[in-house]
Amino acid sequence: MDFGFLQDDRYDLVGAFWMTVQLSFWSALGSLLLGTLLTALRVSPVPVMRAASTAYVSIVRNIPLTVVMFAMSQVLYTTLGLKLAGRGAGAAGAQQFLSDQFFRLAVLGLVLYTSTFVSEALRSGINTVPVGQAEAARAIGLTFTQILGLVILPQAFRAVIAPLGSVLIALIKNTTVASAIGVAEASALMSGMLENESDKFTAVFLVFAIGFVLFTLPTGLLFGWLAKKGAVKR
Amino acid sequence: MSSATMVLYDHPGPKARRRNLILTVLFLMLMAALAWYVIAALVQKNQLTAEKWKPFLTSQMWTTYLLPGLWRTIQAAVWSILIALPIGALLGIGRLSEHRWIRVPCAVAVEFFRAIPVLILMVFAYGFTVSALGVSNPMPAAVIGLVLYNGSVLAEVFRAGILSLPRGQTEASLAIGLVKSQMMTLVLLPQALTAMLPAIVSQLVVIVKDTALAGILIGFVELRRVAGTAASFYKNLLPTYVVVALIYIVLNLLLTALAHRLERRAREQRVGGAPNVGAAQAPGIAPV
Repeated sequence: MDFGFLQDDRYDLVGAFWMTVQLSFWSALGSLLLGTLLTALRVSPVPVMRAASTAYVSIVRNIPLTVVMFAMSQVLYTTLGLKLAGRGAGAAGAQQFLSDQFFRLAVLGLVLYTSTFVSEALRSGINTVPVGQAEAARAIGLTFTQILGLVILPQAFRAVIAPLGSVLIALIKNTTVASAIGVAEASALMSGMLENESDKFTAVFLVFAIGFVLFTLPTGLLFGWLAKKGAVKR
Repeated sequence: MSSATMVLYDHPGPKARRRNLILTVLFLMLMAALAWYVIAALVQKNQLTAEKWKPFLTSQMWTTYLLPGLWRTIQAAVWSILIALPIGALLGIGRLSEHRWIRVPCAVAVEFFRAIPVLILMVFAYGFTVSALGVSNPMPAAVIGLVLYNGSVLAEVFRAGILSLPRGQTEASLAIGLVKSQMMTLVLLPQALTAMLPAIVSQLVVIVKDTALAGILIGFVELRRVAGTAASFYKNLLPTYVVVALIYIVLNLLLTALAHRLERRAREQRVGGAPNVGAAQAPGIAPV
């Protein structure tokens, strides 16, 4: 197989995968925060909060990420004019604005979508915490936020390390959907390369496949190790 | 609500009820403010006018655009699950083989295709069907990409299903003199398949959502892509995306309801304490 295209200056392979890493990092951070908030709402004593959180999760998780992503760009930005980045002067400023804007829209879409899966994982984690823990916490007079923040969630997080790892792996793979709104990440580069190197599609595929395996495989191993280390001994 | 989340707070007394009422009012006000902000933005951008939404009352919108797109989405999803099931079963059984030269390649294939984005698989499959086979229709490429990924996911589902069957099933099959292939096809696989049916239907939700990936880079004209065309024709991006999202939500909620129903039926039939694997996904798999 001919891997000569790796030396070609036209293809910024490292830059494309660096974009994948950035998308994954910011989306993971945002999804963890929003997912935790959704979970807290979902187990709260106030029925309206529970209903709102449940509705959000069951609506958003059933929409394809592709649709969410296109909606970010075509509905939020094109139709409603939402701007998430500042515009500098001149052509370079406009260029910078567009790449910042679409990067942030992509992160927003990934966060809105992935947080529902984080919330589902966390909720199942809360169910693994023995009832006695919450009962004891209530018996010593802790309030709901204290019970959740000090007793339940710390144990629930440790129980869901492995499922959260699976969600993170899915998120890393889902960053490829950002190519739908023109973010220059790995799959966009692969698609462009295949147009020029159509005879070498297997070699091109292997390069990108191995690139993703290098991210997802260690992530899986790391979270498996963390899950074993963090497991609550009962 | 499960029992674990019910005990997070006491049965509300007068003080707690008052506090919950205040929280309810505050939360509703927050929601109302949010809704007001959104509606104001929509009105300001003329998104709630009748002409933006009227196309959905015309038959042309449905017969020319949405329904053919939905039909192709469903076709791709059904083909994918039908092809992925036997491949998943083979890979799952192969991973349980006692011959290393079968077990290891199956394990490598399963782990490899699960680690790669479906979009990348589709782009590769499209390169393959166009360059090697001379097929320019993107549908086979979409199906190949979905089969490669979901076949390996289903392999893990099958493996978990077979492993969850009681040892007595294997022992009894061997005791009555079945050879291994008979044991697998006559005894283990049918039971595992029944037990895994809910998980398989849940996977169909993932497949339906993933068909939309084929509209991004390889130009498969499925529901989302057809909606994009319709929206630029009728100049109503926002309403079209709302309607398309609703179609996906209804379709997937129906599939989820079916999965729950199968699960409940399986649980009711399992009086003798047989294994419960339907609800449990294979380890390490999140249906994202």
